[in-house]
Order: sequence, then C-alpha cells, then structure tokens
Amino acid sequence: MRGYLTSHRKKVLFLFLCFLTCLVLLAGRLLYLMVFQSAYYSEKATQLHERERAIKAARGQILDRNGVVLAANQTVCTISVIHSQIQDEEAVIRMLCEKLELPEETVRKRVTKVSSIERIQSNVPKEIGDAIRKIDMPGVKIDEDYKRYYPYDTLASTVLGFTGGDNQGIIGLEVKYEDVLKGTDGIIYTMTDARGVELPASGESRKEPIAGNDLQISIDRNIQEYATMLATQAMQAKEAEGVSVLCMNPQNGEIYACVNVPEFHLNEPYTLTDEYLSLHQDDLYEDKQDELNRMWRNNCINDTYEPGSTFKVVTAAAALSEGVVSLSDTFHCPGYCVVEDRRIRCHKTTGHGSQNFVQATMNSCNPVFVNVGLRLGPEKYYEYFEKFGLLKKTGIDLPGEAGTIMHKKEDIGLVELATMSFGQSFQITPIQLITTISSIINGGKRVTPHFGVSMRDSSTGEAKKFSYPVTEGIVSEDTSEKMRLILEQVVANGGGKNGQVEGYAIGGKTATSQTLPRGSGRYISSFIGFAPADDPQIITLVVIRVPKGVYYGGTIAAPVVRKLYENILPYLEIEKAKENSNDGL
Amino acid sequence: MGNTRRKRRNRNEYYFDNTLLLCVLLLLFCGLIVLYSTSSYSAALEHGDSAYYLKKQCFATALGLVGMFLVSKFDYHRWVKLAVPIYVVSLILIALVKTPLGRTINGARRWIFIGGLSIQPAEAAKVAVIIIMTAFICALGKGIRRIKSIIVTLLIAALPAGMILFITKNMSSAIIVLGIAAVMIFVADPHYLRYFAVVAGVIALATLVVMLIVGSGESDAGGFRGDRIKAWVDPEAYASDEGFQTLQALYAIGSGGIIGKGLGQSMQKLGFLPEAQNDMVFSIICEELGLFGALCVLVLFGTLIYRFMIVANNAPDLTGALLVVGVMGHIAIQVILNIAVVTNTIPNTGITLPFISYGGTSILFLLAEIGIVLNVSGKIHLRDVE
Repeated sequence: MRGYLTSHRKKVLFLFLCFLTCLVLLAGRLLYLMVFQSAYYSEKATQLHERERAIKAARGQILDRNGVVLAANQTVCTISVIHSQIQDEEAVIRMLCEKLELPEETVRKRVTKVSSIERIQSNVPKEIGDAIRKIDMPGVKIDEDYKRYYPYDTLASTVLGFTGGDNQGIIGLEVKYEDVLKGTDGIIYTMTDARGVELPASGESRKEPIAGNDLQISIDRNIQEYATMLATQAMQAKEAEGVSVLCMNPQNGEIYACVNVPEFHLNEPYTLTDEYLSLHQDDLYEDKQDELNRMWRNNCINDTYEPGSTFKVVTAAAALSEGVVSLSDTFHCPGYCVVEDRRIRCHKTTGHGSQNFVQATMNSCNPVFVNVGLRLGPEKYYEYFEKFGLLKKTGIDLPGEAGTIMHKKEDIGLVELATMSFGQSFQITPIQLITTISSIINGGKRVTPHFGVSMRDSSTGEAKKFSYPVTEGIVSEDTSEKMRLILEQVVANGGGKNGQVEGYAIGGKTATSQTLPRGSGRYISSFIGFAPADDPQIITLVVIRVPKGVYYGGTIAAPVVRKLYENILPYLEIEKAKENSNDGL
Repeated sequence: MGNTRRKRRNRNEYYFDNTLLLCVLLLLFCGLIVLYSTSSYSAALEHGDSAYYLKKQCFATALGLVGMFLVSKFDYHRWVKLAVPIYVVSLILIALVKTPLGRTINGARRWIFIGGLSIQPAEAAKVAVIIIMTAFICALGKGIRRIKSIIVTLLIAALPAGMILFITKNMSSAIIVLGIAAVMIFVADPHYLRYFAVVAGVIALATLVVMLIVGSGESDAGGFRGDRIKAWVDPEAYASDEGFQTLQALYAIGSGGIIGKGLGQSMQKLGFLPEAQNDMVFSIICEELGLFGALCVLVLFGTLIYRFMIVANNAPDLTGALLVVGVMGHIAIQVILNIAVVTNTIPNTGITLPFISYGGTSILFLLAEIGIVLNVSGKIHLRDVE
C-alpha cells in the first residue's frame, strides 16, 4: 500500500475524509432537527396547515312543567361550493338551481367565483340538504347546523323569546338562560394547502360539540294555551289594545301562564304580525326596529301602569297591620271626599252611604280608602309601601323588568297619599302587583316570581333545581287571613261577582283605572283573583288595556278569570270548597 | 474490495465500477420518485398536469443517460485535448445570457434558449472547468507546486466564476466553480500547510463578517446577503421575508420525524415551501421519508464519493485522477452545501441537490461527468490494482 499512497492519492483520501466528516456532521444536524426538534417544528407546521371550522352545538330545549317541548332545535343545512374541487360547473349550477329553487344567475355567480369556499345558501331544510348530499357532486359541501324552532310558534312568545343567527338568545328566557341553554361549539380541523384550499384526502379531525342544557320552566302549556285563547277573545270582544294574563302559584312564585296578546311569531320574530299592524296602523314608528321592540314587549314585566282599585288590597293590608282599621269599623260615603283643597269623587257619585270596612272593600269605595290611607299618614304609608317590596323589582327571571314609578318620600302630601290609597298617581308592573298581593294572601311570604324551575345537564343527565329567595313576615298570618276573608267577600257578594266559579271559593279584587292623561276616555280594566280563597294555590291577574264600550274591570276582566278557573281549577286538581263556605257575612 | 479475486482470474481484464453506476442509477430513480411526489401538486395547479415536471425531468434523464453512455465510451484523454475549445465555448455560453438568447425564469436571468432547449451555462462551465484545470495542471507537471502557478491556475477558474457571478448573478454556482478548482489544485500540489492556512483564513474572515453583520444594529448592513445572514441566525425573526424559505424547510424537516409521514404525504410541498422540487427537495425527502430516508440518501452520496476516490486513486494516470477528483469535488461540494442550506446550517443560497433536484441542464452535465468517470474507471487494468 505504501507505494500506492503517492502524494495525490493521499490528498484524495484526505479530501474524501473531509467530505465524509461534513456528511457525518450534517447527519448529526439532521438527527438533532428530526428527533429532538421534531415536536416543536411539527406543531408549528400543523398550526400552519390546519384550518378550524366550528360545528354548532345544539342548544338546550325549553320544556314546560310537564315536559312538553316549547323550544326545540331543527337541523338545517348550509350549502357551499369549493371552487377548486368542482368538476362540472354546469352540472353543479343546474343541480343547485333545481334543488334550492334559486335563480340561475345568483347560483352561477357564486359557483363560478374563484374562492376557497363560497356559501350558496344557509338554513336549507334537512331533506333538501340530504337530497343534495345524495347526488354527491364533487365540490358541493353540505354542513349541518341547528336552527331554533318553536313548535307552538306564538305560545308564550314574550316569555320564551327567540334566538339570533348564531343561536344566541335575543330576548326573553332565551337570553336570560343563555348560559344554561348554550352549548359548546365543536371544531373541525381540516388540512389546507398554502392557498387555504381544504384537502379532501387528508381527512379531518373533530372536537365534538357539547349540547346545551335543557331548561324546564313553570309554564303549563295547557293553561298558557287556554289563557291565550281567553285573552284573545276578550281582546276581540272589547276591541282592546291588548290583554295580559298572569297566572301564578302564590305559594312559591311559579308562573303557570304569562300571556300578552297579541303575541308574535317566534319562528318569524322579525315579521310584524297582522294583528300588530292593524292595532298600530295610526301610530307606526319610523324605525322598524322600534316597532319590533314594541311588538316583543312583555307588558306584564316591561310596562308599568296605575293599578287602580286592585291596589286597595295593599292599602287594606297596611291599615290592618298597623291596626288603624278593623273589619267592623263603619264609614259613611257621601259620594265624594275632600282632601285639602281637592274633592275626590267616588265611582258611585250618589255615595255608598253607611258601610263597614269589608263592605267598603266590596264596594271598592274610594272615600273610605282615602280615609284609611289618611289614618296611616304619608310616613307610615311609604314605610309599608317599602316593606311590601313595592320599591324594589320582583327579581323575576326575565330581562327588562320595569321598576316602580313612585313619588319621592318627601313629596308625598295628603293629596298624593289619598290618590295612592286607591291605586293612582304611581305606577307598578303587573308582575309587581301579583307578587305583592300574593305575599298579602299567602301568610306574608314575598316569593320571587319565576319561570325557570330546573335545568338538566346534557352530558350527565343530572337535573338541578333552581332556588329563589323568599322574604317572610311581610304581613302577619292574622292580617293575611283577614285579607283573604275580605277578598273572598268581594267576589262572593261585592264588585267581583263575575269572578265567581261554581263550587270554588274565589278571592279577588277588580280595578278600573284611567290612563294618563286623564279624560282621554282610555281605561285599563283589571281583575286579580285567587283560589281557593282560604288557601290560595293559584292567583291570576287579567289586565285589559283600552277596551271599547263597557270598561269596568268587574264586568269585563273578572269573567276572563272565571272562565279560566272553571277549566284549570279542576285541571290543577284543586279541591272544591264545602257548600256553605260562601255564606260568611 | 473483491479485487484480489478478480486479479487471479484475468490479468488483461479491465475494471468497470458497477457500484458507482448503481449508486447513480439509484439516486436518479429515487430522485424521479421524490420529484414526482414533490412537484405533482403544484404542477397540476400551474400546468394542469401533475406529471409536468416529471416528464421534463424524465426526458432530461433519458437524454443524460444516453449522453453518459456515449461519454463513457469516449477516451477521456481526448477531452483534455479539447480543453481550450470547451473552455472558450463555455465562456461564450455564459456571455450569451446577456444576449436576446438569454432567458429569465423566476426573476433570474440564468438561462439561454437554443434549439428548443433552455440550458443553464453555469452547469456547462462546471464541466469545462474540470477539464481545463486537468489539462492545465497536467501541462504544468511539477510546476503546480509554485504559488505563482497556483494563482494562475486559480485565475483560469476565476474567469468563468466571475462571469457567472456578475452576468448571471449566481453566487452559489460561482462558489462551486471555485471550489472545484480549489479541490483539484489541493490534490495536485503535495503541500498541505498553505491550504490549511487559506481555509483557516476563510473561516476567520467569514466569522468576522457574520459577527459584524449580526452585531451591527443597522437593519440594512450588508444588503440582501446581510439579511440572509441575519435570517440564518434567527429564521423565526425574519419569518415573513428572508427567513421564510428556511423556516418552511425546517418545518418540513422537523415534522418528518424518524420515519417520516410516508411517501406522498408531505404537507409542506402544497405551496408552503417555495422551490420545493428545486433547491429544497431534500427537506421534502426528510418530511416524507423521515430521518431514515434522509440518511439513506446521505449514504448513497457517501458511497458515490467513496467510489470516486477509489477510481481516482486507481486511475492509470494523473489526467484521469484529476478528472475524477474534479467530478468528486463538484458533487461533494454541491451535496454538502445543499443539505447545509436546507438544514439552516449555513446561510441560505440557491444550490441544487445533484441528481434529485429538478433541473434538466444540471442532470445532463452531471451524467456527462459520470460518463467521464466511468471511462476513467474502464481504463484501469485490473493487474494494476493492488
């Protein structure tokens, strides 16, 4: 070998070894990059190649107290095209035109557009989506999606509310219970090339969506439906501007029905209903959104009104609690009374003559209640107003509850006090009135009115009941009992006669209040009635806004409650009263 | 080597390096497969034919193999006799880039278009330099030991290198041409120390330049080559411009892991990595075939270089030996620089991977060089082999 290794041969060998060393070093570099740095660069590369696409999660259902579905989900499809994957443009255009019933021009524009993905139409019914999927044309994509669907459409529309394009709650329970109902969207990871075009061959990985939780509410579909029917009848009969019915369990605050006719279509919430348009043809707003907001209002909760005579219940309860009046106190009504320089008329201008306190309530005599209010004095009256919880909101689980519109404490003079005593010169919501009267007749518990009863976890199936605050001791049991007695007499023998239901002892109070400004001839008639009178299980408030013709609450609102109770008291299995319970005084 | 057995059989038998030929054919075969895998996606997008690049490369390869066969039958001494005309022609070809025959591809004017074919004169210059250097060094004889003749020899190579650099703005090819010359001079001259000194000097200078550019706060220090050096030090800081290609190559290499994603499964070739089928083809090999595949390719090149050494050291004369050394230097330098660029071991500069990267001229002249080496190997009398 020695002779072989001449100078240049040694050099070639040396050169070879140099090159070999370089190659070995590079192999080491590759080892470092591809083994030790592999995870780092792989992740970076994946980030670069992956595109995320959301899979919408199903929203939780809303069920009534018996499990009837009030808000459900409908599977709909979104049809898109991926331009680079289309093989026969003309065939795709023809097929889509036919299936989606779209003008050819629109489809052609979208199909021929060079983009990574182009949406042709969303919210396509599932059957059509399935049919398109079956044809299986390359480049046509069908993504499934959920759309909120309300099987009863108008039922409890102002309570349930509806959802927007991303299935998010817009109004009503849908927005209040957004966190419960909303699911967690899943993700589809797809690989794309540098232009962002998805690679069909590389498949996709998914993170499954988590469906939202079901919400059970206290509404009873049957009661709600029947109440809606009665409200609609009353509205048509009286050509009223609107009728609201609130039906609640006074013992725990569960709302069985909350009706505000005219209702709107939950499946098409952005269309003004014919009823709405004919009602408001003379005073349409310029902005459609204002118009929609007005149509969507829940008058029981979002609007205040002067409660009128129904509020005498509160004045009576305050006076009895304070001991400034007893049931047997006698009063004289000459048809009016004078407070400071103001003459306040009784609705019976000839006067009720001599009467005790129970009879005065039955007669709904204004001068008597002015008298009783004055006995309390502004300070005390305001104190009770506050104690009964009238200054605070009820805390109902719907958005937009209106607060009470009330005089400032220092502004309450005798005239203000006198008008407040029979429910005028301040405003509260219907829900506030029904909640306050509930606490007066149920033994003094102020319950929180509510719809949400429980939620059922979609993944574990576990049900979780909601709890609501209760304030005890609003009035004494004694006062409460007296109030039940008085109100039973109002229906049995007084102004609430039309609220009588055969076989049941009903307690209640009527009201007829004039809207502001006075003298416009616009009235609000209402009736609040509960049953059974001695152990209230259900309380109902009917408010008829601006009826035509006869407008007395006892004449037009009380019958609505009667008809409702005739059906739902047996339905709720509330026992009939003993035959002679109505005798009393 | 089984040489001792063969020696016994027939003293008049001539040697033919089958291993070398096998290595080349394997590299060509792997190259075509990887090229198809790498280029099919962009070929389908840009040319409507996924085999667009493959077809062109197959044509060049077929032509190259015929050329290789013919060259291997052509006595290498005759190339050396034709050295000067070849050299002159290659210079003219480079100059032609400036004429209307020149062609601009991807923003670089490096091609000329003759008779329906576009060729890159720089590739021809590499062969021409190997031949002229051989001829000149052999003519000098022992004179090559003198520094003066070394400088003159270097200048012969520096002329085409300079033309390549200034006419075609192709620094990498210029470096390779000079590298080939340096390797050949180093082998011919028995001295060592002077070369070590030069290498040490070059390394020191390069380090100094890098440190100056990186150390200076100025953003435009050193022009676009300065940017490339800064991007080399920290590619992620220059991810959107100078470091983009390097970073994409690293993503490809890193995501390959040990066994790779499988042939055809590269993601980076889908438009993410610029020049995927060209300078960066090795990173796609890494991504699809993993460390295992990448090392296989390195071993193939290593074996090829080893065979060059065997042929060079058994060549019947210095002429043959120098020709083979030139080819060896050419291929080794290009392989090492390409892989070093792709793995971000050195700053980014456009160098193709022999036999595998897309490029017709390159494959044509590489196969011609292999033809020369085969011819040299065929002149080895087995009786001369010890």
